[in-house]
This record gives sequence, C-alpha cells and structure tokens, in this order.
Amino acid sequence: MIVAKNLDAALFALREHDDARVIQGGTDLMVEINFNHLKPTTMVSLRHIPELRTITRPDSNTISIGSGVPYSQLEIEPVASVLPALAQASRTVGSPQIRAAGSLGGNLGTCSPAGDTLPVMFALDANIHLQSADSQRTVSIHQFMTGVKRNVKRQDEIITAVDFPIIDGWQGYSKVGVRNAMVISVASACLVADHESGDVRLALGSVGPTIIRCRETEQWLKDNTSLTRNSVISPDIAREFGARASRECSPIDDHRSTAQYRRHAISILAARLLQKAYA
Amino acid sequence: MSMNEFYTLNVNGQSMQVQDSWVGESLLYVLRERLGLPGSKGACEQGECGSCTVLLDGQAVCSCLVMAATAVDSTIVTVEGLDAHGAELTDVQDAFVQQGAVQCGFCTPGLIVAIHHLLDENPQPSELEVKEAISGNICRCTGYGRIFAAVEQAVAVRKASHTS
Repeated sequence: MIVAKNLDAALFALREHDDARVIQGGTDLMVEINFNHLKPTTMVSLRHIPELRTITRPDSNTISIGSGVPYSQLEIEPVASVLPALAQASRTVGSPQIRAAGSLGGNLGTCSPAGDTLPVMFALDANIHLQSADSQRTVSIHQFMTGVKRNVKRQDEIITAVDFPIIDGWQGYSKVGVRNAMVISVASACLVADHESGDVRLALGSVGPTIIRCRETEQWLKDNTSLTRNSVISPDIAREFGARASRECSPIDDHRSTAQYRRHAISILAARLLQKAYA
Repeated sequence: MSMNEFYTLNVNGQSMQVQDSWVGESLLYVLRERLGLPGSKGACEQGECGSCTVLLDGQAVCSCLVMAATAVDSTIVTVEGLDAHGAELTDVQDAFVQQGAVQCGFCTPGLIVAIHHLLDENPQPSELEVKEAISGNICRCTGYGRIFAAVEQAVAVRKASHTS
C-alpha cells in the first residue's frame, strides 16, 4: 500500500509500479475484492490527497470538481445551486454511507452505464482532466467513456477533476429504480435547457453500453420549436420528445429490468423533464 | 498473496498496530479479525446493508468498503467506542433497549452508529431526515417502527438534557 499525500507522489508511484491500482473511496473496488473477483498486489491510496478534494472556479463559466470530492459534498452548496442536476444525481447514489465515500472519480473510473452522475456529465458536455507523471490531458466525456466499464484512461493516469460549464438555464436529473434508497438505476435521464442558446440536451443512463446523448431528439426539438426562457411545452411535444428519446436508446434485458420497460421509462422521464424545464 | 502490510490505525482513541496483513483487507475484516473489535457486523460485504457502519474522520461509512490500509492517519470510531459519557449505554443504545428496537440484533450496531452520526450533526431531525439518514441500514425484523420510536426518544432525551 502506498498512501500518497499529494498528487505527485501518487503519479510517481503509478509510474514505478505497473501493477498498481488507485483507490479513492473504495465503494466499487472493495466489492470486487470482497467477492474475490480482484486480487490487487500494489495499491495507491488517493484518500489523503488534498488536491483531489477541491472545488474551484477556473473561470466565471466553469466549475471544476476534484475527482475525490465525496457525493455528500455535491448534494449541498456551493455545488447544488450551480449544478442542480449533479446535486440531484449525487443524492440518488447508494446510501449516506456510500455518498460519504464515493466520488466522481470512481463513477468515471468504473464507467458503468448505470453510473448516476455520468448522464449529467454527458448532458453538460463535461471535460475530464487526466494526469500522469509525464503528461496531462483534458478529454471530453463523450470521448472518455468508450463502452461498458471501458474508458480511455491509461494505467499510469489519475482522473484529477471534472470541469462543468455553468449554464444560464434549467437542468434536472431523474432516475427509475425499485425503491428510493440503495438502488442502482433501471433507467436515468439528465436534461439541460440552455436558455442562452435555446438548446435542449438530453443524456440517458442504463439504457445502452455507454451513456446515450439523444442528438436526433435534440435536433427534432430544435427544428420544431423555438424555445425561450418563458416557453411552455405542449403535452404533444413532450410526448413526441419522450417517444423519440426512447427510440434513440438501446437497452437490454438483464437482472434489473427488461429492455421494453426501460424504453417505456425513458419516454416518460424525458417527457417529464422537458415539461419541468419550461414549467 | 503477500501478507506484508504493516500499519497503524487510530481506533476509538487508541493507536492499534496491524501486522502481516494483505493489502486488500477491508476495515471491517481488520477491526473484527485482527483488532478484536467484533461490534461492527459483516453481512453483505457490498455496502448494501449498513451493518458494518463506523465513523471514519467523523463520517458514517461502510467499513466493508474501506480498504483498511488506506485508513491510516484517520480517526476511526466503532460502535464500541461511542461516548456514553460515563454511563453503561449511550443515549441511543438506551433508547433502542427501552423502545424494543432490537430483535435479532444484527443490524443494531450499524444503526446505532448511523443514528449517533445523525443526531450529532442534526439534533432535531425531521421524519424525512431520519429516514434518509438510516436509508443505508437494512433491518429485516422490526419494520423500522420501533427504530423510529427509539430515535424520537433519543432526540427527546438530548433536548431535555440541553434545556435542564
């Protein structure tokens, strides 16, 4: 175990040990270990690295959240009023115990299509900061996640922060599961209505191998409406928006739900979010 | 699997040595099997049940999901180390006994820690806040009614001790 006290120490350890894995909150990784699916040899702990637990405003239009900031901090101010969809998504993660430990870095590292905060990153076009001992790069979330539990992060890299744009508009997150607490989503959706550009962006979770951005549905809405801050969405537009979103996803049957139910859930979630955005 | 981890944990105000351990061991395992503190219970081992809840740097977390060797330089409080202010039981433990909030008892230590954490941060929680605070602690016996009654009693006892 290498307990890194700063980012440089962790990056150096990753360069020196090619078998090394990083651990922050541990809420995903420890399940793998407890069930003997993973036998780590060298671990690098990121828990005591202050640089990964900061929230900054690099410019007036951006908020940058350290990869190790726990979800319990994302549910409250100063994040909640700037990124309400992220706060809502964070509050649906697991239980208070999980939210006190888990963080965006873990959601990104694991890259499950059911990762609660990933649709928020997709709808807001978030950027992911990756750093190694020798280099650093910034990758759009759309390029970062490549498949079910797959991403472009290299073994020697650490996810250091996620940049979110601060928008003038409305944003919200909804999730369907079998109960309120301790639930992995059956289907989830994040909608962002940017009042400055008039664009609406929709991202879906748990209904495809990656998070799905509904580009065609977004374009259809743009072509068929001219939305401003005070627009009202008619029930017909909301229903058609939901129906189009459900056709754009590609869910599967698994132990949590059926593809048919997931499609239905998406049509309802998308329609409701759109109406809420302009209520 | 090499057993070459040596480290010190601060548990319940004491420095405790862990020797010859494997890097992947959970804090729950280390507390129970290496440090002689069996109060935290192991059930699901995947963060679903909350029976292993401990305080790590003042936050309630599932000890089964904490890699023990990462918990160095942190303050750990288990159910054995909650401050009873000289009494045999803490106010929350006493309320559980009085209200019959314990049946099989397996979930009880985790609930006691979670409720202490709640009341220390928020002495007058609403019903929703209580439900959310223990939403990560699963009890399959009681149906929670008597657990909520115990929380109510603990809230009332704390309020009375502050005003008297």
